[in-house]
Amino acid sequence: MTYDRSSHKLTQIIPALGMGFIFGFLLQKGGVTHYDVLVGQLLFYDFTVVKIMLSAIVTGMIGIYLMKSFGLVELYPKYGSAGSTLMGGLIFGVGFGLLGYCPGTAIGAAAQGNIDALIGGIGGILIGARIYAALFAYLDKKVLHKGEFGDITFPELLKVNPWVIIIPLSIIIIALFFVFESIGV
Amino acid sequence: MSFFTLERWSPYITGIGIGVLSWFAFLLSRRPLGVSTAFVRACGLIEMHIRKTKVSKNPYYQKFPPVIEWELIFIAGLLFGSFAAALLSGTFRFEMVPSLWASCFGTNNILRMTVAICGGILVGIGARWAGGCTSGHGISGTLQLAVSSWISVIAFFVGGAITANLLFRIFVP
Repeated sequence: MTYDRSSHKLTQIIPALGMGFIFGFLLQKGGVTHYDVLVGQLLFYDFTVVKIMLSAIVTGMIGIYLMKSFGLVELYPKYGSAGSTLMGGLIFGVGFGLLGYCPGTAIGAAAQGNIDALIGGIGGILIGARIYAALFAYLDKKVLHKGEFGDITFPELLKVNPWVIIIPLSIIIIALFFVFESIGV
Repeated sequence: MSFFTLERWSPYITGIGIGVLSWFAFLLSRRPLGVSTAFVRACGLIEMHIRKTKVSKNPYYQKFPPVIEWELIFIAGLLFGSFAAALLSGTFRFEMVPSLWASCFGTNNILRMTVAICGGILVGIGARWAGGCTSGHGISGTLQLAVSSWISVIAFFVGGAITANLLFRIFVP
């Protein structure tokens, strides 16, 4: 997916680098550049990953939909279909379980000295991307558009004002945080 | 200042930070945060240099041309940011095999690298197949309430949890 032209201009070098730096810094401080933390989530005894993701989602959701209501930002939801989203997601999941890093955290882990993240993560993901590029023409014709639902958002799907979803969802997520802390994960 | 030398930050503070960062990505760069597209650009660029030919005949490289663009620069920043964070807390350390892996499968480097590469290949294929990874779909897409992203992130975790539990709880030698 290609975004607004402005994200390709030279003036974007500083924002891209700066935001990347902050993202990498946050990921490392948050602990999610560590194999043990990531796999600990998949094994359900360390909920750091979910806590970070859900906190980001609540914050991001509220801020971005607020800004959208003032006409300050647009949304860029990704295309979806059973053949692309579900299939790809499960393949990613199996890889994630074996590798123990995702693309972003693999880079972060390599940057803190993890050689398996460098070779298996960055190296493996690059190889995977190349393999996909070879498969794409076939997949695009036969698989990727099966059961498609496009770039729809939940407010559009349910035909409701976004805040009808955002507010209850945020409350549920915050309640979940209390549950996590009381269980001690 | 000592906040920045801490080894670990609260996951809630970290997540809020990432959420706020997303606001700025939408405002300043008119795009969401994402990582997996950078790997397509990078591998296209690498291939161009190795084969010394235009790779543009491939339809996927037509969709995602091998050029230096926002996401590639973003992940360069990611690398430096994580490195800086590790340096500041003194947690930079070369490590071949993570301790959780070693506790179950031993410290054999070849075994770990082999499984890691296989996993990495599937992560690469899966991310592009799904149209995004845990950053692009898992954070940016979900906060936009995109249906594709919520399905993606559930699939990521179902696939990941099944695999990790098989590996660590069933196949443990």
